[in-house]
Amino acid sequence: MKKVLQGNSAIARGAWEAGVKVACAYPGTPSTEILQEIADSYPEIYVEWSTNEKVALEVASGAAIAGARAMASMKHVGLNVASDPFMTLAYTGIKAGLVIVVCDDPNLHSSQNEQDSRNWARFGKVPMLEPCDAQECKDFTKIAFEISERFDTPVLLKGETRVSHSDSPVKLEERKEGKVPLGLDPKNVPKYVMVPINARVRRKIVEERMKKLEAYADKFKYNKMEINSQNIGVISSGVAYLYTKEVFPEYSYLKLGMVWPLPKKIIAEFFKKVKRVIVVEELDPFLETEIKAMGYKIFHGKDVIPNMYELSPEIVEQAIKGKGYKPPKIKVKPADLPRRPPNMCAGCSHRALFYSLKKLGAYVFGDIGCYTLGAAPPLSALHSCICMGASIGGAHGAMKALGKEGLGKVCAVIGDSTFLHGGVTPLMDVAYNKGNSTTIIADNRITAMTGHQEHPGTGFTVRQKSTHMVDYAELARVLGIKNVRKIDPYNVKETMQVVKEELERDEPSVIVTTNSPCIMLRREKRKFANPYYMIVTDKCRGCKMCLEIGCPAISWKEGAGETKDGHKRKGTVMINKAVCVGCELCAQVCKFEAIVPGKV
Amino acid sequence: MMKKNGKVTNIFLSGVGGQGTILASNILTEVFLDAGYDVKKSEVHGMAQRGGDVTTHFRFGKKVYSPLIKYGDVDFLLSFELLEALRYINWVKDGGKIVINKQEIFPPAVNLGLAQYPQDVEKIFKKYFKEDVCMVNGQEIATKLGNVQAANVVLIGAFSNFFPEIKEEKWIKAIKGLLKEKLHELNIKAFKEGRKAL
Repeated sequence: MKKVLQGNSAIARGAWEAGVKVACAYPGTPSTEILQEIADSYPEIYVEWSTNEKVALEVASGAAIAGARAMASMKHVGLNVASDPFMTLAYTGIKAGLVIVVCDDPNLHSSQNEQDSRNWARFGKVPMLEPCDAQECKDFTKIAFEISERFDTPVLLKGETRVSHSDSPVKLEERKEGKVPLGLDPKNVPKYVMVPINARVRRKIVEERMKKLEAYADKFKYNKMEINSQNIGVISSGVAYLYTKEVFPEYSYLKLGMVWPLPKKIIAEFFKKVKRVIVVEELDPFLETEIKAMGYKIFHGKDVIPNMYELSPEIVEQAIKGKGYKPPKIKVKPADLPRRPPNMCAGCSHRALFYSLKKLGAYVFGDIGCYTLGAAPPLSALHSCICMGASIGGAHGAMKALGKEGLGKVCAVIGDSTFLHGGVTPLMDVAYNKGNSTTIIADNRITAMTGHQEHPGTGFTVRQKSTHMVDYAELARVLGIKNVRKIDPYNVKETMQVVKEELERDEPSVIVTTNSPCIMLRREKRKFANPYYMIVTDKCRGCKMCLEIGCPAISWKEGAGETKDGHKRKGTVMINKAVCVGCELCAQVCKFEAIVPGKV
Repeated sequence: MMKKNGKVTNIFLSGVGGQGTILASNILTEVFLDAGYDVKKSEVHGMAQRGGDVTTHFRFGKKVYSPLIKYGDVDFLLSFELLEALRYINWVKDGGKIVINKQEIFPPAVNLGLAQYPQDVEKIFKKYFKEDVCMVNGQEIATKLGNVQAANVVLIGAFSNFFPEIKEEKWIKAIKGLLKEKLHELNIKAFKEGRKAL
């Protein structure tokens, strides 16, 4: 039976068909759907949202060592977090299959950097498969488990935006359990205890394994030659292969399904069959560098194919045709049209919090999540964003550098899920090293940005079963933070007062927002006193103060006029009743009492 | 264009987060797979979950390679919002067909009075594509049926007229397969009303 599946769903299906028993992940675009799909569709698999990617990989590795096929999935920056267990698991190997799915985000659609995960395969000395469509996503996931068990190694499976988030037909098959029996082996200490004396032995095994994998790569049936033209041949992999095939169907191809290690014999054969070889790959010159190092001359590679942002059929076509490429005619310049950037939702509690921080003039060390949008105008109230958890460490470091000068000026803002992911350890550091920074945990009760995933602070598991719920205030106290306060971010006056006091305090503080769930989270919807707010046109002076909060429900309407008591104005504002949720922030911002509760 | 051995057909969908662009493209995917074609669909979401722009590339044919349509090679543009239609006008090839939902959703810069929402979008399209431009009042039709949310399916109904060889049952089967049962009646009505709107 054929069914259209998204690349990520196909990976989930592949894991199920491969008999996977344990699957772990931390949500991150474009990888999130893999675990969500397993949770929703495959009850045979134990599945969890882990607190971060390092934990996810550690849990999966434990399951594999216990004889269960296991999978950890994450986005590219997630593998940086998980790199510590990853680099050593390459030494220990596994017992039952262990597959690590890593999904890149070329063009940074929703990420803080653009990195090519193939480098992790070379760095970690771990094989990597790269599917190009949903069928290959499923097939390669299953093959990855076979390779993992056959060569006693974790295997990387590379997704990326256009593979993970593309849908195409997939042939469905049945689930087949792996052949490795469940059970731990206490006698196998030298294999799994990576103290130097054992690790040195494993180090050599890693190199021997790479040799065997190289030989396997030459027989791997998804390293495939298609000979058409004898003049030009393309070496490519993943979605880059599809783009090239689309625009140059007449060329010959070597399509690599395994991108590390490389099939040296097949590559040699390809160079014999075609006169000129072009390497087309997204991001880094990974294949190109390796192929050049093998001693081959390539006709084109990164000299014409861009090494940043994502590729597309026309980019490949333009690069290879050069001056012969004719672009389509421009009818309207897109740059002339208003952009439509993502925005915090109407009624979002982060908007209220950032408005207060802006009024206080604080330098805000931000973090990864919806609240990063606080950096966008008109709020412009967030000043740095590096990686998950960096807000707390950053604010601490800045305060240490500034000394007493920094009091009253610096804070860290971190979301609930991100705090649990990477914020607990730096917060412990703040207390331990006698810092004096302020950490605001913006608790909206869910991992919002990736589409509402549960975490240890929500009280629910991935399959919506009730579970233990972390109390952030208690946790902070245990870590050594004496000053822990709660704020209702929708109350601007109170929020400003509390934050000001804590910013000025020469001790570490934690402030937790309360009763501030994501406005889209039906389960915990905050009840506002009024269903919506409206403008009293008689009173609106057109001062635009309410526009400063950047609420999508409020818009400006040009038109000279005057208030009832005779103040001239250039326009008024309007509130879209259908979008407003009644959070009241705009009414608190308005100095002229021109924003009032709407009628029920 | 519709012969099974013919070329690949490129459909580009654009809209604003929350309008149901992705559901609409899922309906297309199911229908054309059911009709015996190879299909590929690719969308961008993530940061665009709420209020950002959403685009979907959908392609069908005997064999489809790239999940992305080549710039300037769109056969059909199906847009759920006027500005988001205009943003992708250059993607449409000469002779391409265009279906636009007559709805304006202001982006933040327009709300703040910092930018102008484009005027006469229909006219700009007519200038280049003449009678190949179809405007549908999806919002009004869906509202009359009792749920504005069904505007995307109204548009799909209108769009289905371009593929007369695909029977109505196939579209309805896809709608039923993708939506919860309690939404079937409304959406089938929305589809049929949309079909009449062109």
